[in-house]
Amino acid sequence: MTQGPPFPPDTPGGPIGANPSFFDLVRTRRPETLPAPTATAEVSAPHGTTVVALKFGSGVVFGGDRRATEGFSIADERMEKVFAADDFSVIAIAGAAGQAIEIVKLFQLELEHYEKITGDRLSLEGKANRLAQMIRGNLPMAIQGLVVVPLFGGFDERREEGRIFYYDATGGRWEEDDYHSTGSGGRPAKSSLKKRWRPGLDREEALRVAMEALVDASQEDAATGGPDAARGIFPTVVVVTAAGAEHASEDELRAAYESVVAQGGAAS
Amino acid sequence: MPYVPPEQLMKDRSEFAHKGIARGKSVVGLEFADGVLFIAENPSATLHKISEIYDRIAFAGVGKYSEFEDLRISGVRLADLRGYSYGRDDVRARDLANAYSQALSTIFTQQMKPYEVEILVGEIGEDGRGNEIYHVLFDGTVTDEHEHVAIGGHAEELSNAVAGAYRSGWDLGTACREAVKALSTAEGREIAAEQVEAAVLDSTRTQRRKFRRLAEEEVATLLG
Repeated sequence: MTQGPPFPPDTPGGPIGANPSFFDLVRTRRPETLPAPTATAEVSAPHGTTVVALKFGSGVVFGGDRRATEGFSIADERMEKVFAADDFSVIAIAGAAGQAIEIVKLFQLELEHYEKITGDRLSLEGKANRLAQMIRGNLPMAIQGLVVVPLFGGFDERREEGRIFYYDATGGRWEEDDYHSTGSGGRPAKSSLKKRWRPGLDREEALRVAMEALVDASQEDAATGGPDAARGIFPTVVVVTAAGAEHASEDELRAAYESVVAQGGAAS
Repeated sequence: MPYVPPEQLMKDRSEFAHKGIARGKSVVGLEFADGVLFIAENPSATLHKISEIYDRIAFAGVGKYSEFEDLRISGVRLADLRGYSYGRDDVRARDLANAYSQALSTIFTQQMKPYEVEILVGEIGEDGRGNEIYHVLFDGTVTDEHEHVAIGGHAEELSNAVAGAYRSGWDLGTACREAVKALSTAEGREIAAEQVEAAVLDSTRTQRRKFRRLAEEEVATLLG
């Protein structure tokens, strides 16, 4: 353990209070484990594509297609782009996949670490701000083309409602009232959401709307993979309500997909 | 400075630390059917003696709050960094106990005053088997404990009380009741449910993080 944290604990005299940030801890103690800009100007790496987020009656639904592309090739047909960040929040990412997954991993640890150090969960607002700072930290790599643009949301336990935040590559953060989508297929997905979304959807309807948006995106955007019922490839969907964050089951997704197909939504 | 023989120096420090710990409350850690249970008498509902370190690892401290809190935070940092740089399965209680031992031993010999703390680091093995409980003293002495262990002000009485009653394979309710009974015996007074801080490393949890704090109502129900 040559590069571990100093043990005995930090001596008093510095700023008071333990810093509850895992990101800061890694940055000072193990900077070599963090993603860093590479020497070359342009990097070719797999990119994740379309993710959508929408509010419904009891929380939020986040969904992402499963395709990752590298130039004109398909790098992966089963990539996960939507993750539960902790028990009550969810993060969905589009952009440079390696980078994005690293940021998600760090973000999940950031929330867990905070909870363990302070004994309290961060507020949803606090989580959203922290993510903005981490995206901003990635700016040098965004300039190299490794852009990461996440959607973040969850159930706000204090306000007792679902909330959605979206970001740009510089760490700009905005709150979204109804729905949002990002990634290469973000535009067609958003048009679809615009037509189908309405306030107070129930869970089943919300899953259907998310599915339809992703199907529409896959038909307009080469880099977005559509559901493949024969091979059992469905979008990753995470639902967050007052009861917590959970992945929608394959049966639920299959039903949502079939309902979209039945109504002609997937006809091309 | 006058010469003080090292034996005397160590003895003085040791006595000092002992006195500090003896003034405080106690914690008991014991293995039960589904994992490891920690129980403490703690009048505060928010300043914890028992806390989560990592997925399968918990921490309990007695003595001076600021000092064991310091150790707890360092432990969480060590564990999270280790898990991030390697893998989540590579974070083990033994490493943590060794790190605590090194730290406390350095503090004991090199600092103005030793830490007035005693700590437990517990880990549940896969499928509830192969649990580990390490007991680290203020001078860095580590011992590997099995089945049950008591630390703090009335550690000896508590240890005897638990040892007398202990049976392996207790369910959570029995383990709680017996532990609180032992605490009451050791302290020589009745300990009410709202004075009890309890937490478990529960192998029946499906989540990655096995640590669970028992809420006051749950403790009250378990104690009947």
